[in-house]
Amino acid sequence: MSLSNLIDDWSRYRKGREEGGFHDYEHMWGMSIDLNKCIGCNACSVACYAENNLAVVGKEKFEKGQGMHWLRIERYWDEPDLGEERTSEFQQHGASFLPMMCQQCNAATCEPVCPVAATYHTPDGLNAQVYNRCIGSRYCSNNCPYRLRYFNFWSYYENSWPAPLQMQLNPDISVRDKGVMEKCTFCVQRIRTVKDSASMENRKVRDGEVQTACSQTCPTGAIEFGDMLGMYDPETGVAETKVTKMWRKYQVELGKTKQNKQTPELRGYRVFEFLNTDPCVMYLDRVREV
Amino acid sequence: MQNNEVYKDINEDLKWAQINKEVLKSMENPRKGYWISVAVCLFLIMFAVVAEVHQYQVGMGAANLNWPHMWDLYIATFIFWIGMSHAGTLLSAILHIMNADWRKPIYRFAEAMTTFSLMTAGLFPMIHLGRLWNMYWVLPYLTDRGIWPNFRSPLVWDAFAISTYLTSSALFLFIGMIPDLAICRDNARGWRKKLYTALSLGWRGDDRQWRNFRRTYLIMACFLIPLAVSVHSIVSSDFAMSIMPGWSVTSFPPYFVAGALYSGCAAIITLFILLRYYFRWEEYMTIAILEKTAKLTFAIAMVWTYLNLIEFASVWYGHSAADKEVLLAKFSGPYAPFFWAMIFCGSVVPFALAFEKLRRHLPTMMVVSIILNIGMWLERWMIVTPTLSLSYHPIAHDVMWPSWVQWFIVLGSFGWFGLLFLVFVKVFPAVSMYECKEMVLHRRELANKEISPVMANSPGGGASIGGGSPAPGVANKSPGVEGS
Repeated sequence: MSLSNLIDDWSRYRKGREEGGFHDYEHMWGMSIDLNKCIGCNACSVACYAENNLAVVGKEKFEKGQGMHWLRIERYWDEPDLGEERTSEFQQHGASFLPMMCQQCNAATCEPVCPVAATYHTPDGLNAQVYNRCIGSRYCSNNCPYRLRYFNFWSYYENSWPAPLQMQLNPDISVRDKGVMEKCTFCVQRIRTVKDSASMENRKVRDGEVQTACSQTCPTGAIEFGDMLGMYDPETGVAETKVTKMWRKYQVELGKTKQNKQTPELRGYRVFEFLNTDPCVMYLDRVREV
Repeated sequence: MQNNEVYKDINEDLKWAQINKEVLKSMENPRKGYWISVAVCLFLIMFAVVAEVHQYQVGMGAANLNWPHMWDLYIATFIFWIGMSHAGTLLSAILHIMNADWRKPIYRFAEAMTTFSLMTAGLFPMIHLGRLWNMYWVLPYLTDRGIWPNFRSPLVWDAFAISTYLTSSALFLFIGMIPDLAICRDNARGWRKKLYTALSLGWRGDDRQWRNFRRTYLIMACFLIPLAVSVHSIVSSDFAMSIMPGWSVTSFPPYFVAGALYSGCAAIITLFILLRYYFRWEEYMTIAILEKTAKLTFAIAMVWTYLNLIEFASVWYGHSAADKEVLLAKFSGPYAPFFWAMIFCGSVVPFALAFEKLRRHLPTMMVVSIILNIGMWLERWMIVTPTLSLSYHPIAHDVMWPSWVQWFIVLGSFGWFGLLFLVFVKVFPAVSMYECKEMVLHRRELANKEISPVMANSPGGGASIGGGSPAPGVANKSPGVEGS
């Protein structure tokens, strides 16, 4: 049994604590999403379906709330400020959009509650979901304040890709059967591939080398993806990446439950950071004339 | 019902042999109602099995679960059954330590209720798993995968707590039954003889055995009380340890324990009346004992109501907008009818127990106790579901109603519990004979204030006395058992 592992990990953890700030991250993947640029076209969501073999559940089941969209575009209408004079069903300013994928929280609420440790934090700073280990207690989804975890309520794979559509499935990632929880992985298969080729060439992963399907697809370039370890621990010598630059520019810091914003131009925020989940995705608020 | 003299806890004139005879009779000829109940239970189980097989085949979508309603009736009913199990411990362990001897004729079936409701509750976490076939991964068994369960998860604590509680309560039930099993052994024939001979562990009723028995029983009782409290606190941690509004409530552990004792006591009243009817046990399950149980239930109902109000108040005066929203949605949202039904059943109906006339009226008590338990079941549902329908994220606000699969399995669990219980009361003595004798002896002592004539009467009262002597001493070596 893994008793020796347990003791090893514990002593490593204790040692790290004494030296101040323990972590064994090699990377810390994060995002910055500019809502000013988001036009709500859903291309990212479609790309996610294609990249990650997401089950297409059909209209009925989707309406029932059994869809599997790892990345969803949430559409919000502003509170009516025209009062009685409102003429249209929709707001004058139109909708605002919020692309939500797993926020890869550093203090993820889903991780401690899984009875079998099927979800845990990887050295990549990712909140991983091990499909083979999952027994489907669904506690993680209940405890996710963002509701970003999706459960295979049915055996979708039988009907999702009628022949020959199964030929287009991504071979780098598994197809999940019923009874398993799943969620956005920040395209972990792409991260793996890039990391592998980098280590073959004996170099570090370059900024921008890994692209998630959503950031690659976004027509307006609203989604920025990259390594944020430099933000988390400046001493590791990880170069400044585009994402870290964005986070620094908008003065959003990790490990905080509230950001000190000095001016309204600092549009950066993280969703529900007051819950102390410490998410790795920063959103830039949409600015518009009112 | 003419005067107060009628309402004695137990009739002091009962003879030892009469007690044996009347209790053992329950194993032979119950009323027809017993068999009807068995049939109803089997019927319910059948439907549940169909539903479960269907759900196993096609996935959890059959239960109409969705995002964000990942949990629903299964978890609610799980808590309900865990709660039900607490009353047995209350009667057999807590009241034992407090020397409340009126518990003696009724604690045996209450304890059986504990064990069987735990066995029912244990099914639900399995039924609700997406991959039922991997449920043993929650246990820290030896594996070459080299992976432990996640000890931080309340669900793992649940697995430990419930299996510990089930083991100890089954053991406690068995230990408390040994002297009675010896009586059964002495009177039985056929397969029953073999069964009771094996189970009574060579009980002869001598001094040493009684001393050891008493000590073991007391130690088990002391062990079981903190265990029972911790089990339901741990079950409440499933919610209290989470981050969700309406679940993350500090007062949940005592609230759950109070709710548990409440529903358990109500269930005891229901089963009390049923058993009294099935086996014609008017001499043992007396109105006076029913009244005492009802008073206890009333007290616990008020504790539960108080803790409910505390929860509302702490949310109301707290500054969490999400918590407040969930609370208001409980009051006025789509689940409000069930919420108010719960308040009515759980906090208003128990006032019926405050009236002496109603407490002594069996049909009323039957109806009231069932209503109380419906209220407690609704309470559990109202803990689980409104939070899921209304959590932090506005996009995930959703109302969902359970499908037939869930309802069938929930109803089937009642059948499963009922069947286990009914088989138990038919195979084992559901009234503790030796403790009834103790009680009678004690009451006689109180009445006569004179011990010696009682002692003269006690031995040789029948073919087998199975330990009529509570106090080990030279005068009473309870020769009856050895003689048979």
